[in-house]
Amino acid sequence: MSGAAAENPSAAALRARFGAAAGRSAVVLGATVVTVERERAHEILAWLRDDPDQRYDYLVDVTAVEYRDRERPLELVWQLRSLPRGVMLRVKADLAKDRPLEVDSVVDLWRGADWLEREVWDMFGVRFRGHPDLRRILMWENYAEGHPLRKDFPLRGRFSRSEQVRRALGADLRAHYSMEELSIAEAYDALPADVRERLAAGEPGRD
Amino acid sequence: MAGKRVLELALATPGVDAAGNPARVPLVAEPPRAVEPDLHTDHMLINIGPQHPATHGVLRLVVELDGEVVVRVIPHIGYLHSGFEKLGEYRHYNQIIPLTDRTDYLSAPANNVAFALAAEQLMGIEITERCKVLRVIACELSRIISHLVWAGTTAIDIGAFTVFLWMFQERERAYNLIEEWTGARLTTSLTRVGGLMADVPDGWPGRLKAWCAKFPKTLDEVDRMLLRNGIWLGRTQDVGVMTAAEAIDYSLSGPMLRASGVAFDVRKDHPYLDYDSYDFEVPVGQHGDVYDRYLVRMEEMRQSVGILEQALARLPDGPINAADARVILPPKRRLMSDMESMIHHFKQVMEGVPAPAGEVYLPVENPKGELGTYLVSDGTAKPVRWRIRPPSFLNIAALPKMAEGHLLSDLIAINASVDIVMGEIDR
Repeated sequence: MSGAAAENPSAAALRARFGAAAGRSAVVLGATVVTVERERAHEILAWLRDDPDQRYDYLVDVTAVEYRDRERPLELVWQLRSLPRGVMLRVKADLAKDRPLEVDSVVDLWRGADWLEREVWDMFGVRFRGHPDLRRILMWENYAEGHPLRKDFPLRGRFSRSEQVRRALGADLRAHYSMEELSIAEAYDALPADVRERLAAGEPGRD
Repeated sequence: MAGKRVLELALATPGVDAAGNPARVPLVAEPPRAVEPDLHTDHMLINIGPQHPATHGVLRLVVELDGEVVVRVIPHIGYLHSGFEKLGEYRHYNQIIPLTDRTDYLSAPANNVAFALAAEQLMGIEITERCKVLRVIACELSRIISHLVWAGTTAIDIGAFTVFLWMFQERERAYNLIEEWTGARLTTSLTRVGGLMADVPDGWPGRLKAWCAKFPKTLDEVDRMLLRNGIWLGRTQDVGVMTAAEAIDYSLSGPMLRASGVAFDVRKDHPYLDYDSYDFEVPVGQHGDVYDRYLVRMEEMRQSVGILEQALARLPDGPINAADARVILPPKRRLMSDMESMIHHFKQVMEGVPAPAGEVYLPVENPKGELGTYLVSDGTAKPVRWRIRPPSFLNIAALPKMAEGHLLSDLIAINASVDIVMGEIDR
């Protein structure tokens, strides 16, 4: 609970390096928050990870925030930490709601982002371009009520209880399995050629 | 007869070298062979869970096997999803605390503390000295309880039943202490924003001290059973290895990260609750395998006992709640006789306590790893977003990486070594 309100020097370094694309920063309750342009977020996060003066090597969290004010854009939040330097940085990107909610995945930078991004997709409907396996994670594969943590999603769900029961009883049980698992069991021949090649080359699955 | 005795001796300590240190001797004669690439012949797809005792909750694993070698693991989670984060957006800050009990239900007091600290930082509330020390006691007691469950269930998964009984016996004693304090064993709801639900009862510190004096003996007994036990070594050493770089890449935290050799502990690196003024060591492993995770957690319990003793020694007198009429309910006596207290009580219960617009991310070192609480407020009494950064969610996400290429029986050991709680993973 440090009361230090000084801005993390990484914010100034980002401004110097990326200009307006990382122009907004603020100190909120002792933590530095930098807002970056969504289309350059991946590039900026990669720089934060690799630059020898930054070294944010540890991805703490990826999440999103939707405000009750419907005009306000959805915010995507990356919590970063530099283990060698012992500092944290919060990076945000605004996702305007009138455009498709999309942003580049950072799984290629931190493998830990895999499930975190899947959860953001599941809960908020943000698509991560380049994610190797963007499936729902907490809700089931054929869940049809939308993305539960969105503010327009009612607390009790979109469907009535009777509709939920009707759908559960009428569901195809095999749809419980994802395509990826079916591909192992019986759909090998239907796999795309590149996947078959990878498997034939001895790759033990996605990694 | 002589020959038989030699054989017995050799069986008793196959995992110890001449100096008496555990030798790294796997029980298998040769490492698992390379996976055969022809998928459409012999591979088998099996389903483990969600109702299976070895998955420690409702975790479902779809496993592709080549003989006994795990080729792929696909974990499925969500069977215990309760929408806590969504529910939190419809509740006052103090009403969220019972939800935190139910996330990592093996260390409920530590979750309560984590949420209260974040809400207090958001509202700018200073807690009292006695409250700080009591919260440290709650956190460390939960760490011990959680690690006891971990050690017991992991041992049972690997085939050692006795450890489970010994550890659960100590856990019951610790839960008796928690029950005396909070009235509950599992879902404690110990904290309130700005203080605690209750002070410890009379004589409680003495009883905790007596338990602290006896408890490490159980750890020593378990260590004596497992530390150099040939079967234990064979089942745990070089199994599920994560290097330091991989552990960081996969965002592991807590004992999982430290067993891989990364000396990161939130209590040391981002101190809260005056942890920087306590004297304790952070155990760090070298190999990142199941055995090192065992060593790290056993040592953490001993360190926690040390912290508990220090906390008891410094426990000051005084109030447990901050002197802040905005957030702390007036005492019941005053409520019935004093108009102003009654108004405070009514407004707090009916309207909640508004937090100024802003946001806070507060990490704490929970037994499972780094539990982060990210709260965003728009100035009302209910958070806009309450995000839990769940440590075992991120730790179990690395399961495919750890288990692929191992035997099926090792998958169970590796899954156990992660120390998952589905309540927290699914939320």
